[in-house]
Amino acid sequence: MVKAFGAVLVVITLISTAFFVFHGQLYWLPEDASAHGHGIDHQLMETMMGSGFLFVLSQIVLGLFVWQAAGRKEGWKPKTFPGGPKPMVIAAIVLVGVEILTLSFVGSKVWAAVYLAPASPQALHIDVQAGQFAFYFRYAGADGQFGGLHPDKIDEGSGNFFGLDPRNDVAARDDVVVASLTIPVNRPILLTLHSKDVIHSFYVRELRIHQDIVPGLMIPMHFTATRTGKFEIVCTQLCGLGHYQMKAYLEVLPEDQFDQWLKQQEAQQ
Amino acid sequence: MKTKYFLPVLLVLLVSAALAAMAVAPPAAGTVTGKVTYTGTPPKMKPIDMSKEPTCAKEHAANPVMTETVVTGPGNTVEWAVVYVSAGDQGSTPPSKTLRFDQKGCQYIPHVLPMQVDQNFEIANDDPFLHNIHPLPKLNSEWNKSQPPGTPAFTAKYDKAEFISVKCNVHPWMHGYFVVLPTSHYAVTDNSGSFSISGLPPGKYTLTAWQEQFGTQTQDVTIAGGETKNITFTFKALPY
Repeated sequence: MVKAFGAVLVVITLISTAFFVFHGQLYWLPEDASAHGHGIDHQLMETMMGSGFLFVLSQIVLGLFVWQAAGRKEGWKPKTFPGGPKPMVIAAIVLVGVEILTLSFVGSKVWAAVYLAPASPQALHIDVQAGQFAFYFRYAGADGQFGGLHPDKIDEGSGNFFGLDPRNDVAARDDVVVASLTIPVNRPILLTLHSKDVIHSFYVRELRIHQDIVPGLMIPMHFTATRTGKFEIVCTQLCGLGHYQMKAYLEVLPEDQFDQWLKQQEAQQ
Repeated sequence: MKTKYFLPVLLVLLVSAALAAMAVAPPAAGTVTGKVTYTGTPPKMKPIDMSKEPTCAKEHAANPVMTETVVTGPGNTVEWAVVYVSAGDQGSTPPSKTLRFDQKGCQYIPHVLPMQVDQNFEIANDDPFLHNIHPLPKLNSEWNKSQPPGTPAFTAKYDKAEFISVKCNVHPWMHGYFVVLPTSHYAVTDNSGSFSISGLPPGKYTLTAWQEQFGTQTQDVTIAGGETKNITFTFKALPY
């Protein structure tokens, strides 16, 4: 009876793992669209395989222990870890520790490429403001300069989401402010993320980019999109009653279409 | 009665009747009409990107909605300006009907809703998704109301005169004004910049024109019995 429990434990583990392994596409992220996406996916897969392997192994060992101990006569003592509980705990810590450190070391390269390396000097710089409950994006305009931000001048009703002061600040007059993020494909992009009010988060699945936007900070985030398309930007940090609805769209266009779009926008200012 | 009193009594009666008739009949009411215009270059209105609400983005795809901070018309006229009697008011009537403010196609309709103190107005959500109307008064009490799709309209009123900015907590581009006035003598300019205020008894009035970007301007008008006076307000516009 108890032996059967041990067997069932192992069977359940193997079946559920097999299901996940053979139908992984159902649960995996959509095809990546950024230059660093492959590296992040690789790291995710290695973590999954490493911890998955240890999971299956530990469940099989557990099942074996149960099988082995079942139906023994009274007074039987199971084999113990050589040295007792203390060396066993140390061994467990070392094993898990080595696994975690290995994963960190292996993944550090792609992490550094995304978070520690600076953006390319030719990157297209786009200012991103998150506020309850929409994202707005700002391009520098024909003069290549961003106007200063003045929170006291924010007037959403007239479309001044960023608090620009075009009357006194000449650089602000041609800034392009839009509600959808449009970028050219295969060109480095540098986003500066900031919040108008509370914590928000900028998440694009296909770009493998996920960054909290903390009020008071200007957070740089750079990437290069590698395929065209329309993707969703969603807020992934609870920011109020409209959080479930807070999203914007990312459009990755071929270079010439993007140039045309940008010219059109600049002409409207 | 004695004949020597007959004529004086008759005279007194006739004069009293005449006086009584004059006092009971209301004086003829006058009208002030006119236009609100501007000189200079007004700021450019921008098309509103509603992509975060796909239903509205699709609805306005062919004809984008523009911001309504300064809406102008041919002949340099200004729409959505409120003209009202700010001094010398007489003959103002208390509010009687319930006004209506709609949230439709991710816009506030009308953009500016003038009303009297203590006048009821109804706020309706005609869109198939959530709106959260949030008026921003400084004198009246502040509230906001969430209206999921299908919620019935609710009624509100304000008890102090004030110009109240209105926004939607869910859709940042939505913007309107509640203009709460102490008088029933007001009008809001239409797309030809015209206004007309009637029912004004003879007297000296000060009229004020208010526009959300340009501010206020006043003009004095004297109305004699039943006449129509025509005035023009001209605001100075700046591009930024």
